[in-house]
Amino acid sequence: MSFLFEAGHRGCAGCCDAMVAKFVLMAAGEDCIVISPTGCLEVMTTPYPESSWGVPWIHSLFENAGSVASGVEAGLKALGKFEKTKVIAMGGDGATLDIGMRGISGAFERGHDMTYVCIDNEAYMNTGVQRSGATPFDASTTTSPAGSESFGNPRPKKDMPAIMAAHGSPYIATCSLGYPKDLIKKVKKALEVEGPTYIHAHAPCTTGWGFDTSKTVEIAKLAVQTGLWPLYEMEDGEITSVKKIGKQKKPVEDYLKMQRRFKHLFTKEGGDEELKKIQALADENIVKFGLE
Amino acid sequence: MAVIRDLNKDKMDVVEGSYAVAHSVKVCKPNVISAYPITPQTHIVEDLSQFMADGEIPNCEYIMVESEFSALSALVGSAAVGARCYSATTSQGLELMHEILFNVSGMRLPIVMTIANRAVSAPINIWNDQQDSISQRDTGWIQLYAEDLQEASDMTAQAYKIAEDKDVMLPAMVCMDGFILSHVYEPLVLLEQDLVDEYLPPYNPELTLDSKNPMTFGAFADPESYTEFRYLQQKAMNNALAKIEEAASDFQKVFGRYYGGLVDEYETEDAEIILMAMGSVIGTIKDTIDALRAKGVKVGLLKVRSFRPFPVEAIHNVIKNAKVVVAIDKNISLGLNEGALFTETKASLYNTSIDVPVIGRMIGHGGRDIPVSTIEKIVDEAANVMKSGISVESQYADLKEELL
Ligand SMILES: Cc1ncc(C[n+]2csc(CCOP(=O)(O)OP(=O)(O)O)c2C)c(N)n1
Ligand code: SF4
Repeated sequence: MSFLFEAGHRGCAGCCDAMVAKFVLMAAGEDCIVISPTGCLEVMTTPYPESSWGVPWIHSLFENAGSVASGVEAGLKALGKFEKTKVIAMGGDGATLDIGMRGISGAFERGHDMTYVCIDNEAYMNTGVQRSGATPFDASTTTSPAGSESFGNPRPKKDMPAIMAAHGSPYIATCSLGYPKDLIKKVKKALEVEGPTYIHAHAPCTTGWGFDTSKTVEIAKLAVQTGLWPLYEMEDGEITSVKKIGKQKKPVEDYLKMQRRFKHLFTKEGGDEELKKIQALADENIVKFGLE
Repeated sequence: MAVIRDLNKDKMDVVEGSYAVAHSVKVCKPNVISAYPITPQTHIVEDLSQFMADGEIPNCEYIMVESEFSALSALVGSAAVGARCYSATTSQGLELMHEILFNVSGMRLPIVMTIANRAVSAPINIWNDQQDSISQRDTGWIQLYAEDLQEASDMTAQAYKIAEDKDVMLPAMVCMDGFILSHVYEPLVLLEQDLVDEYLPPYNPELTLDSKNPMTFGAFADPESYTEFRYLQQKAMNNALAKIEEAASDFQKVFGRYYGGLVDEYETEDAEIILMAMGSVIGTIKDTIDALRAKGVKVGLLKVRSFRPFPVEAIHNVIKNAKVVVAIDKNISLGLNEGALFTETKASLYNTSIDVPVIGRMIGHGGRDIPVSTIEKIVDEAANVMKSGISVESQYADLKEELL
């Protein structure tokens, strides 16, 4: 089977970014232009003179995918070529929540007809697993390491979907690479809806999180099943659908214990208290989004 | 080389410099304009907005972005899908674009941008000098400097012609001195649409982002290939040398106006002292030369229109027979105490058989006025170099000692 996102890229075995990119292109089809900021996805897919992209693709910089996408959309419009071609920006959590935030905010405020996909592997993987605004509470990264005085990252994830909703986006969805059908369905919908739409895809990174390369999908599912990563859709600022976890509900330990970045919670004194805090975050989500 | 200008008075309008440039952009038929306000460039952006509001620029999208960083980033996307693109900025705005400037030239996107030259912070200062664009000299953009409004206006069309040439495909900055040119009213001939249509063909890039023929732009180049990309950019810069000359002479054929190609000359034929400069100070220098020539001083002017590519051969041809050359700069390389025109002219002469003393004088920083007397003082110092050699190689010519 041939995909628009070709195999043979240089991602790690079990790479989350590669899977999400493949699913997004399955949803989009041939007639699209993809804009990617700097990050794993860009570096591993375009070693000159090779490319994994079966659709037109452009990389500019780390912090300007939203702005370049604005220009692609405007250029296509001015040249009368916009009608069918979908404009998709696809980048990491660092490029989205941190350094690229202004450009995305500008693009959404101006109302460009495009879809922004954040592939959230919860750290700056391409530069060696440093903390980003999407790194979860207590995760150990190379810039938020656990140590005698630290349990890792001291802050919870920045709520990017809520920020995008505040921009007046007509369609926002969270998804997970553990649920590809749901992801593809949501990307399709985002591309159909006119205006700036946002997809936030949770994407466990085998290298950065420290788990066996065969477990990417399993861990992705656990994030959803524990309530730590709720799956929902927002239309015009209102939550319109939620994926219930019901009987599948799992304690956060099941998810955390499989990953090296949370290892200290199970070995260090006081870890129990921290695990309770993380469970509380999951419980809050369960109530807030009505996941049960 | 005389300056030939067909300044048919019947065709002249008295307009502000910014308006003249905005008008030129309009008749060049851009598809995407993307810009962010910053004094003294703002009027260009406002005039273009008014043209858009009045429906005067068809097939064009105007993106009023949230920063200069996005202004140029957006044009990366637009140019990559095949749109003719325009932006304008200055000073802090240009410095904020720094990273993308490299990106645009590296991806060989022929974006044209007006720079209304202005000093950079700190201390904050909004008036004219050329530190902003000179600081971007190594970003791979063509840099052209205009002497007056008519030239800034005409240079805009020339810039598209040069940038979009298949042998060049590089972005270009049209640099005009802030306020001195951007905010001044002068009689000039606004570019006529029919003549521009004759002069400037539609932009028709060979490679674009097109889903019918997918391509990857901005790939990751490792040590095996990165050098060759840079080499090709330099080659394109070399090609631009001839194209800048061509664009100027073709312009003359269609519009009847000529300002020089890479450089222009004024009273250089028998000149012992040659002053070199870029931008609006040229006018003051010409006036000073007229006065000094009347007194028998053999002084001439080399006006540099193209700073990137740096026209080494054209400069050598003009200065080789002089007895002393003074490069006048509205910028400084801190730590070297030299302006760019001086450093580069001097460097270009090393390893050649041309043996002419060159000194550098920096003036007009942060908008300091440049009266004729300052130029006269510089000429006096040059005359001394002829007699007794170089005493001070490079320095500010208008420093206020009492403020130090
Ligand atoms: C201005 C700038 N600062 C820093 C970098 C270095 N850099 C490249 S990729 C990257 C992190 C990317 O992280 P993310 O967006 O989360 O994507 P990931 O690689 O994790 O998929 C950083 C810090 C850069 N390219 N540009
Ligand atoms: S570090 Fe993570 S995101 Fe990057 S290539 Fe490896 S698995 Fe993919």
